[in-house]
Amino acid sequence: MPRESSSSTRSFVEQESRPPAPARAARAGGGRRPLVARLSRRLGRTATPYTFVSPFFLLFAAFGVFPLIYTAWVSLHDWNLLSSENPFIGLENYRELFTDGYFWNAAFNTLSIGLLSAIPQLALALVLAHLLNRPLRAQTLWRITLLLPNVTSVVAVVVIFSQLFGREFGLVNLVLGVFGIDPVNWQAGVGSSHIAIAVMIMWRWTGYNTLIYLAAMQAVPRELYEAATLDGASGAKQLRRITIPMIRPTIIFTVIVTTIGSMQIIAEPLLFGAQVSNGAAVTGGTDRQFQTLALYLYEKGFRSFEFGYASAAAWVMFLLVVLVVGFNYLVVRRMRGGLD
Amino acid sequence: MRSPFRSLRRHPLTYLTLTAVAFFSAFPIYWSVIVASHDNAALAEVPPPLLPGGNFFANVGRVFDTAPFALALLNSVIVAGAITLSVMLFSTLAGFAFAKLRFRGRNALLLLTVVTMMVPTQLGIIPLYMLMIKLEWTGTMYAVIVPALVSAFGVFFMTQYLSRALPTELLEAGRMDGCGTWRLFWHIVIPAARPAAAVLGMLTFMTAWNDYFWPLVVLTPDNPTVQVALSQLASGYVRDFTLGLTGTAVATLPLVLIFVMLGKQIIGGIMQGAVKG
Repeated sequence: MPRESSSSTRSFVEQESRPPAPARAARAGGGRRPLVARLSRRLGRTATPYTFVSPFFLLFAAFGVFPLIYTAWVSLHDWNLLSSENPFIGLENYRELFTDGYFWNAAFNTLSIGLLSAIPQLALALVLAHLLNRPLRAQTLWRITLLLPNVTSVVAVVVIFSQLFGREFGLVNLVLGVFGIDPVNWQAGVGSSHIAIAVMIMWRWTGYNTLIYLAAMQAVPRELYEAATLDGASGAKQLRRITIPMIRPTIIFTVIVTTIGSMQIIAEPLLFGAQVSNGAAVTGGTDRQFQTLALYLYEKGFRSFEFGYASAAAWVMFLLVVLVVGFNYLVVRRMRGGLD
Repeated sequence: MRSPFRSLRRHPLTYLTLTAVAFFSAFPIYWSVIVASHDNAALAEVPPPLLPGGNFFANVGRVFDTAPFALALLNSVIVAGAITLSVMLFSTLAGFAFAKLRFRGRNALLLLTVVTMMVPTQLGIIPLYMLMIKLEWTGTMYAVIVPALVSAFGVFFMTQYLSRALPTELLEAGRMDGCGTWRLFWHIVIPAARPAAAVLGMLTFMTAWNDYFWPLVVLTPDNPTVQVALSQLASGYVRDFTLGLTGTAVATLPLVLIFVMLGKQIIGGIMQGAVKG
């Protein structure tokens, strides 16, 4: 940090609250201070706002921003961990990627699992928050129970649910059997594996989104509901006509965050596949039926160590995230017309 | 006095729905305890056992024999502890500067922080791994701790809190008394920041304890964190659900207990952050 800029900002800061000169003079002659106090005073004088933000930004630049940008550079090379030379190949990785069937299969799976988990999850969260926004007993107990799944680690979630979705002794098939449905081999099919993974994601995140909606709902003026109740509007109508329009910014926020999260799903398919065999883990099932984009990136980057190719995949994935987030944003904004 | 059942009578369907949801939220965790306290044969019974059995400690013993679980627990305590302390300190420092000090580039830096919160972390994972190889940190806890020492979310969270909860007059009074910026920080900012920093600390600890993907990439099976050890335990060639779910219970229950004890504050923190977000 150049010394000039720091000293100029210091005076800028102290301008706000500089004590009058006599007061300063009185303190300066105010007897001897212990060494520690004098040292901390000296530090205090040289401390600038940049000192306060620099630990964050130095570490953030090295381990957060630099890797993000360097990915683009790596993606332009035939870069492999095991080879000694990494020649520049321009956009070759990207060209290969666009004709890579496994990549588009992973893109489809990501979209499918994302839709299956995000839409029911957010809709359910909205309804639950609406219910919790009433004068109920044991508010804290409900909230703690709802958030319990979010405290559970993703590994634990998949281990537990893989057992529940087990083909032979799983509880899910046992319950389905009561209704006369034959046991499902959840990992084998495209649809069934996507549903199983979507259930795990939903279980972990519905409560979290419920609390976020609840927080937003508590800021909606009570009088609106009281007036609606006097007019005889039902709970469902109040949710549609008052709550949803009033908390729209929060809904947009959760849609964006959930979309970004959905595009990065990796641990669920990886561990769900590991329940079949260790070989099926990184491919997302024996026929890649539930390999997500992030898992494909992992396979390319950390199993075959094709860093260049995996970096290109990461960038295309990022562009897809931006596209999908932008699309969802427009959709949620458009819903305004239909709701108001 | 109000009857405790009045609100139940007024909203019977609401209570019914919430009870069902609470059941589905809690059941999988309860189920892991049930499986963990029986042997594998019990899983094949129809109907399956619904009450805990007496096999828990025998199973825990098997978990510690099969995977380096004691080392994994120790590693996770070190990793999560170090990350939590560091995120709390650095977020409060930067949050104070962003919330209460004026300096050139402040808005641009804050914007950068918020924008990168939205960028998927997986985008940078390849270069980050290459960096770890260069630093020769792969296989060590440094690789897990150092990249997580700061958090953009933490800075954003503390900035939001301090700009609301730290009265500017208090800082001015401190200046009048001759406090330098550091003394202001130690004597005024830290006490004011404590409630939010505690929530941030709890959230950070949970995230670090539960983190799986990055530790899986940079660590080796003989020196894992608890989540990595758990995934090894659960994905062996032989299907041993009892072993896997016992490991799950051992890795999860401490956190669940902490959460149930401190749940009120954590929930308050999440909801506070949400309104601002």
